[in-house]
Amino acid sequence: MTFKSFVAAAALVAVMAPAAQAQTSQADVLTIMKSSFKERGIAKLDRLDQNELQKQCSEYSTRPMPAPMKAALEKAALDDVKYPADGRFLGDWKVGERIAQSGVGLQFSDNEKTVNGGNCYACHQISKAEISYGNIGPTLYQYGKLRGNTVEIQRYTWARIWNAHAFNACNIMPRFGAAGILSEEQIRHVMALLLDPASPVNR
Amino acid sequence: MSVIRRGAVAIGAALALLVAAAPTLSQAQSNTQAELEKYRQMLGDGNPAELLVMRGEGLWKTKRGPKQASLEGCDLGKGPGVVPGTYAELPRYFADTDSVMDAEARIVHCIVTLQGIPRADAVRNPYSGAGQRQTDMEALVAFVVEESRGVTINVPQKHPKEIAAAQRGEKIFYFRGGPYDFSCASCHGEDDKRIRLQDLPNLNKDEPARRAFATWPAYRVSQGAMRTMQWRIYDCFRQQRFPELDYISPASIDLITFLGVRAQGGKMDSPAIKR
Repeated sequence: MTFKSFVAAAALVAVMAPAAQAQTSQADVLTIMKSSFKERGIAKLDRLDQNELQKQCSEYSTRPMPAPMKAALEKAALDDVKYPADGRFLGDWKVGERIAQSGVGLQFSDNEKTVNGGNCYACHQISKAEISYGNIGPTLYQYGKLRGNTVEIQRYTWARIWNAHAFNACNIMPRFGAAGILSEEQIRHVMALLLDPASPVNR
Repeated sequence: MSVIRRGAVAIGAALALLVAAAPTLSQAQSNTQAELEKYRQMLGDGNPAELLVMRGEGLWKTKRGPKQASLEGCDLGKGPGVVPGTYAELPRYFADTDSVMDAEARIVHCIVTLQGIPRADAVRNPYSGAGQRQTDMEALVAFVVEESRGVTINVPQKHPKEIAAAQRGEKIFYFRGGPYDFSCASCHGEDDKRIRLQDLPNLNKDEPARRAFATWPAYRVSQGAMRTMQWRIYDCFRQQRFPELDYISPASIDLITFLGVRAQGGKMDSPAIKR
């Protein structure tokens, strides 16, 4: 090392030192979080206890996740999918539309009796009639018409709603089945909205 | 009174505009945005928060509490008694409390130390409920932030605790949790995203972050009330399905510090007016 590069390196260390000293760990953050929230109604403090998926996805929010880790999360998510025991995938698309419209549930201002909605329109275009839709997720208009209504597509769509991390780990969509946001019966209705040829989504 | 009347007339006219615009909404999403923009411009001269600013100024100068003192001696970061420009440089480190405080935490600190009002009383119900009169806290914040209008945002990163607060704030921004697995970044991490028809600022980018920081607190027309930055964060976490965020809690201040640092160079334009 030349003297010049030594000085440069020393200067760099000096510049970086305060930041390095203040570097904060995930544990610090969790402590701060736990001291900053209080439980209210159905929203208990354990909601801040991250599961493995939440932990890894937070950790790799700003940098690419190593491929093997991503693959492992996706496999775990797919293994976690519970398909309907009776093999019945489709319910009533009209009920599904109501579930897709409803954004209530699981907030601290809700209670145990609140029937959770799917809030699908918050992020997706679905039927043509509803023009107030978000765009965080892709459009689902003509979802079934474009893909068909085969058993394979039904199983895939069910898994996607149950735990979307099975196909793209750390995507934004909530795990509607795995996290218990929607019941099996509610998911059947949303499935019908997407796949039933009679649903306005596919007409 | 003239401010009230002017505000009321402007709101009435703007609502009529929105109602008249309703049938055209199906034509294009952008129409909604255009109408909201017109609406903002119409209200630009008559923000109802002006009334709250005046009330806040009155409260600031009123002797209150067991010590019968006003808040005029409050040190918001530029020395005792200086209000102008302070909001644009908060949160910051304060040696007397050895902690980083945002504007709202510092105002509470002054209420407690100067006026002798117990902290528990000062932080109880900081946000007004639907249809209720705005709280004293909201009025005080309105006054303080108005005094920084047009001032360049410059949230300091000198003290190690300021740096640490911003670093924790960044981690909190990306912290995924709760039954929906949401973090702040779930909604505020990409360009041109919407929830339903509501545009979402990408707070990963300097320009939208500046605009967001510069325009809170804001008068929320849909709620008929001015809301503070603490409220903004509190209500985001509610929608994230997290537990209830404590007023001026460490996590809230860390997050506001992170956002403020990202907003560096923007110009304060608050109280603003929003949907």
